[in-house]
Amino acid sequence: MSRIDVRKTYKLYIGGAFPRSESGHSYVVNDTKGTFVANAALASRKDARDAVTAARKAFTGWSGRTAYNRAQILYRVAEIMEDRRPQFVQAVVQSEGLASAKAERVVDEAIDRLVWYAGWADKITQVVGGANPVAGPFFNLSTPEPTGVVAVLAPQESSLLGLVSVVAPAIVTGNTVVVVSSYERPLPAVTFSEVLATSDVPGGVVNILTGSAATIGPWLASHMDVNALDLTGIAGDTALATDLEVAAAENLKRVRRAPAAEPDWTADPGTDAMTAFLETKTVWHPIGV
Amino acid sequence: MADKNVVSTSSTTGVFEYAPAPESRSIVDIKPSYGLFINGEFVDGHGPGSGAFKTINPATEEVLAEVAEASDADVDKAVKAARKAYDKVWGRMPGRDRAKYLYRIARIIQERGRELAVLESLDNGKPIKESRDVDVPTVAAHFFYYAGWADKLEYSGFGSTPLGVAGQVIPWNFPLLMLAWKIAPALACGNTVVLKPAETTPLTALLFAEICQQADLPPGVVNIVTGAGDTGRALVSHPDVDKVAFTGSTDVGRAIAKAVAGTDKKVTLELGGKAANIVFDDAPIDQAVEGIVNGIFFNQGHVCCAGSRLLVQESVAEEVLDRLKRRMSTLRVGDPLDKNTDIGAINSAEQLARIRELSDIGEAEGAGRWSPACDLPSNGFWFPPTIFTGVSQAHRIAREEIFGPVLSVLTFRTPSEAVEKANNTPYGLSAGVWTDKGSRILHMANQLRAGVVWANTFNKFDPTSPFGGYKESGYGREGGRHGLEGYLR
Repeated sequence: MSRIDVRKTYKLYIGGAFPRSESGHSYVVNDTKGTFVANAALASRKDARDAVTAARKAFTGWSGRTAYNRAQILYRVAEIMEDRRPQFVQAVVQSEGLASAKAERVVDEAIDRLVWYAGWADKITQVVGGANPVAGPFFNLSTPEPTGVVAVLAPQESSLLGLVSVVAPAIVTGNTVVVVSSYERPLPAVTFSEVLATSDVPGGVVNILTGSAATIGPWLASHMDVNALDLTGIAGDTALATDLEVAAAENLKRVRRAPAAEPDWTADPGTDAMTAFLETKTVWHPIGV
Repeated sequence: MADKNVVSTSSTTGVFEYAPAPESRSIVDIKPSYGLFINGEFVDGHGPGSGAFKTINPATEEVLAEVAEASDADVDKAVKAARKAYDKVWGRMPGRDRAKYLYRIARIIQERGRELAVLESLDNGKPIKESRDVDVPTVAAHFFYYAGWADKLEYSGFGSTPLGVAGQVIPWNFPLLMLAWKIAPALACGNTVVLKPAETTPLTALLFAEICQQADLPPGVVNIVTGAGDTGRALVSHPDVDKVAFTGSTDVGRAIAKAVAGTDKKVTLELGGKAANIVFDDAPIDQAVEGIVNGIFFNQGHVCCAGSRLLVQESVAEEVLDRLKRRMSTLRVGDPLDKNTDIGAINSAEQLARIRELSDIGEAEGAGRWSPACDLPSNGFWFPPTIFTGVSQAHRIAREEIFGPVLSVLTFRTPSEAVEKANNTPYGLSAGVWTDKGSRILHMANQLRAGVVWANTFNKFDPTSPFGGYKESGYGREGGRHGLEGYLR
């Protein structure tokens, strides 16, 4: 007789802790064949607001870390993912219905992507900033700084590689994020939050909500303490994307618009995902007086 | 900015008398009426009503000219002309040829600099010494700078593919300079433009249109449509515009962000500000006072990055205020065309009403109001340089952009209190820091959430230096290599 397995109900990840949804709601997550896998917490408006509060609280500390330290911390996350590789592979198989070999390649790519972004922490400043040769006796320097709290609607299809590809570029530069995971495929995001909790990423830097982007998105888009919005996760939904962009305009959030279709996540990511959530600060000082 | 021709006086003798030194306006030939500049020609406007409006000299209320008002159909014509010029000529032209057109324009601006400066002061009300020494030279420099980029875009880090047609809407505080900030990078990157100047200051943009003709710029590359809010709305929401660039109020910026939602239009917004100018107890006080005066009274305070909140360390607050008041007593308010004038006219009756309203609110909320004795002309729009002391962070004059020569003074004790107060605003365009301690400057510069930080200086601008805001002061940068990003795909 086969063992009766322990069924799990996963929780949210907010401020470094794993609370259940304030609403008490959860939803059933099946694999691509329709077999029950687990229950996931269904994040509510209140959960989103709590996550924003946690992200704001973490921002000063995280953005104030040295770039070298952020690089170390992200690299450490990659190390822990490598440790948990089999678990991620299983989650990707269940979520995306891939054969194991293909799922392994996706997990490898996700870990490598994280390593790639980790290395950017102490390089992006030199690539996008610099000295400005003004016509006068002034020292003048432009440097990038993180925008602040970024609300990220993570891709619906690519539940791990896509997730890492939108979270890593935002946090590596010092932003903190509130992420809404794929609705149908939340398990890799849940496992990722468990990795973050056991890594050196301070609580609140990444907050992960499982649930519906269409439900939670509007609360995040209109939240006056959110500075930027990544709409990648609602690719192709022009009507919703337009509504969220209009809501985001209220406090002039920086918006990374929804693409027509989910991108090919294996392509070279470039620097756009990082620069979308960077501000340029220019400092002047007289010379010789 | 440079106030060197104002002689500082001892506290008791008052201001030295200066004989009037008016700049001649004969160098400017203002036509009785101006059309829209579309496809290289001046054409009639078809806006509601008579299709035209009047622009006046805010220092005298004299009507300067009648200017065409563009209807939706006129805007459409301008966008079509820009599209055609993009497809057939400008978008395909080698960068080095675009560069030469921009160099030509830059040179003509220098050659006609005095004419542009006088016209700007007449239409805007700003002192001639500012339009002559700041606005116009910076405009020429901006065109020279971006001219050089036109054939070097592949080294910019943003590629070299233009967007297409840019719709640009600019404010009345630096009419020609804002035109330069918009048009120079757009053209350098291979885009064509339709630009709407502010309804109270259209004249230098129309003179710029003549300069485009003089430079033999191909028709349709630059189009100027004059009008008010409706014309601007028609332009930014036109479906064939690929890029929207706006400088102006945060309210209008918000409306534009909503109007372009769900489109592919690239947007840059340079909006309002409520900058903190922070003076520490070890600052060189005389220099700081000059910086405070320059920060808030330059251009009548019609500056989005104006240092409109003075944060002064408690231990030196009294001394700084005394010296500031003494210095303010030497400011000359009056005829913008007089070369001695420090503070010119408020740009419009509407803006004057707004400044008066907020100042009255400041008084009603309990802040202490002070202005030096000064005789204001009887015609035109004028407001004396004004400071409010005893201002708290909750006061509306500490939170809202007044956009006039009105300074709110707050105090602080510690650097962290200064940071907290400075950042306690939805805006984030600029900030100032005055201290002799280098490590404190760098610490403050790190902590301030603002796009431009001036340390031991204020209100400096340069074509190579990126400018733009954090938070509700907008997004995107203008100037420098960064300024190319908004015009490339």
